[in-house]
Amino acid sequence: MKTVINNYIREEMFPNMWCPGCGNGIVLGAIIRAIDDLSWDKDKIVAVSGIGCSSRITGYVDFCTMNTTHGRALPFATGIKMANPDLKVIVVMGDGDCSAIGGNHFIHAARRNIDLTAIIINNMIYGMTGGQYSPLTPTGKYGSTAPYGNIDQSFDLVELAIAAGASYVARGTVYNPRQSTSLIKNALDKKGFSVVEIISDCPVSYGKMNKMKSPADMLKWIKDITVSKKVWEGFSPDEKKGKYAIGEFLSKDRPDYTELYEEIIKKAQERGGNK
Amino acid sequence: MKQEKLIEVYQNNSVKISIRREWCKSCGICVEFCPKDVLVPDNQGKPIPENIDACIKCSLCELRCPDFAITVEGVEEKDE
Repeated sequence: MKTVINNYIREEMFPNMWCPGCGNGIVLGAIIRAIDDLSWDKDKIVAVSGIGCSSRITGYVDFCTMNTTHGRALPFATGIKMANPDLKVIVVMGDGDCSAIGGNHFIHAARRNIDLTAIIINNMIYGMTGGQYSPLTPTGKYGSTAPYGNIDQSFDLVELAIAAGASYVARGTVYNPRQSTSLIKNALDKKGFSVVEIISDCPVSYGKMNKMKSPADMLKWIKDITVSKKVWEGFSPDEKKGKYAIGEFLSKDRPDYTELYEEIIKKAQERGGNK
Repeated sequence: MKQEKLIEVYQNNSVKISIRREWCKSCGICVEFCPKDVLVPDNQGKPIPENIDACIKCSLCELRCPDFAITVEGVEEKDE
């Protein structure tokens, strides 16, 4: 049973360490299929991750990989891209890694519009450390640190990325793997900072605390809370509560940071700077 | 513990479904969301394509499998 997947994974690392039904594996499959569609040379791809269950992805893919510190995947990736702009740099983060610990790095990578692809696996909880609520846990849902329900307002990562200046912003789910694959493919292909949030399931930490015992229950819930962007736009504010729009939200062209930096190097050299 | 290295292959004249049992974690996603109820869980919760003739090769089980444990391939019919 050889599939495209086998060409891009470190088979000796499998079966993966994720819990049964974890969405990380579904996202990993979508990333690999998107890269295969683009026929990229896997030695020219760098996958960078931080800390969390989702960050284990870099251990399973046969690219150049780097597992960094919590929330700091984007700064490391920025360094890699600046040093060698020819590399394709993919950053995989979880919701806590991206929006809490690495929140500042996220908005500033978007502001600079550096040519990276950020894939955020949003399972709406800190899964690895035991189910503490994250900035993306919906209001009213339960976590080990919110036994009476979460009173925080959650971030809308799509709106945050658009406001911060990203070039490409999309949201998919693990229930819709074909759509997610094509969104990731578009994001990888886009010059500039691309963001794809994939709503994922954590049956063990999130599901158990929110009355969804099985992975299938969680996927059904994800199906129920998501609507296409087109349907979403016709919704009243009341109908939008507790729902997520999925699809492509932004794809615009803006000079990316590495291009601008090249121009600065040229300018400095013309004025007699060191070559 | 001795690891199973078994890949089970089920085939009819239009489709070949392979299941890598050592990678499967019995999460039940493929069984639950098969639109044609092709897959039935065995006593360990791992899928068996009992109704393989109903398979429409949508590959959703393959795409949603978090463990790359199931694949669906079309079988080309041979001219005789």
